[in-house]
Amino acid sequence: MALELYLDLHSQPCRSVYMFAKKNNIPFEFKKISLLDGEQYGEEFGKITLIRQVPALRDGDFCLAESIAILLYLAEKFKTADFWYPADLQQRARINEYLSWQHTGIRLHGSKVFWLQLLLPKLLGVEVPQDKLDAALEDLDSSLKLIEEKFIQDKPFIAGDHISLADLVAIAEVMQPVGSGLDVFEGRPKLSAWRDRVQAAIGKELFDEAHQMILGGVPVMDVSKMQVLKSKIIRLFL
Amino acid sequence: MAAGRQVEVYLDLMSQPCRAVHIFLSCAGIPHRVRTVALRKGENRTPEFTKLNPMQKVPVMVDSGFVLTESDAILKYLATRYNVPEHWYPRQPERRARVDEYTAWHHSNTRPHAAKVFMLEVLLPAQSGSQVDEGRLIRALSQLDDTLDKLETMFLRRQAFLCGDDITVADLLAICELMQPLGGGRDVLQGRPQLQRWRSRVQSAISDAFDRAHAILYAVRDRHKAKL
Repeated sequence: MALELYLDLHSQPCRSVYMFAKKNNIPFEFKKISLLDGEQYGEEFGKITLIRQVPALRDGDFCLAESIAILLYLAEKFKTADFWYPADLQQRARINEYLSWQHTGIRLHGSKVFWLQLLLPKLLGVEVPQDKLDAALEDLDSSLKLIEEKFIQDKPFIAGDHISLADLVAIAEVMQPVGSGLDVFEGRPKLSAWRDRVQAAIGKELFDEAHQMILGGVPVMDVSKMQVLKSKIIRLFL
Repeated sequence: MAAGRQVEVYLDLMSQPCRAVHIFLSCAGIPHRVRTVALRKGENRTPEFTKLNPMQKVPVMVDSGFVLTESDAILKYLATRYNVPEHWYPRQPERRARVDEYTAWHHSNTRPHAAKVFMLEVLLPAQSGSQVDEGRLIRALSQLDDTLDKLETMFLRRQAFLCGDDITVADLLAICELMQPLGGGRDVLQGRPQLQRWRSRVQSAISDAFDRAHAILYAVRDRHKAKL
């Protein structure tokens, strides 16, 4: 049985895993899970992971959730080029440092902006108070600044001269608010230059393919599922 | 300047991830030197500390000039660098992946939800002199409750520790977070025998390193009790 990756490309961590697998020619079966349709709550998916989040992996009898864990597992199993997750302890630690920080450092904020600016108002018809949106934008702004100043600094990539898992995870998060119409790169030449390098290293075609869904505007969703999603998201972000 | 290799760690034992690092260094027998950074006194905001870590957070590890932040990165680095017993961060890919899975999940679940309870019950009232916001506390407790359910069903189901049959760095991170609300006199594992048994197993595996790391938290609990 081929490796299965359960993905919804609206999700940042799914995009990171997708780009990594494709870039490294890792053979896998793409199993689409539509988050907006609540497919992560289905019985079948529950057998893969009780964490009920995407991305998820099934490799024979072995199932795994959490994109960071999946990326590390794939890098090891398929013996990808050293620069993705170097054997050198200090370089590896530097990448782990970013992969740890980013959960609350950027992921939270990019997601929030995407929901508050696009999905809540345009898809679910919920009015978002301006002060909440402003606060989210401010948090995102601080995060992007930290990424530039602390993680990229004057290096081509987060870990140094080469692209690594850190950049792959970072770029997907940074792109999320772009999907809601916010040009995060405006006024941030360092971040733009980094984005260009990451895009070139991944390959423009793969990068664009991975981001097609998020840049496609307001997604379509089953109206009957909206109410449940609405309450959940309001509780989470408002 | 002292010769010989000794890892330096900048810690405040009121911080959950700092305690996890402290316990690990003791249990794994890694020679180290602790530099205390008292957050409540703003020692993380001094120019000296800021030079070391511009994010002004603890823990920070310095190993022969190599500076590293983020407790999970530190734990994984130490486990590999210092040839500790393998169970802490297994080398076998599937077992390692289980630890990576938990340490990732931890950030958005165990850590924020347990920390929030402590913040609402102890930190905020202490800082502002106001009463506990009961409404927010009830919501925070409910969220923590969900997380505890998940720990039981997703991680501890049919195994002694979070990631398998042996203790790993994941258990250290989790236990330190779940201990934090004790500072306000609240045992969040009350009424949860499965998690209590796990806690006992962790405490046995760690032995005195556990109480040593938590001494300050216990003192905060005792002062809090005395005030009530």
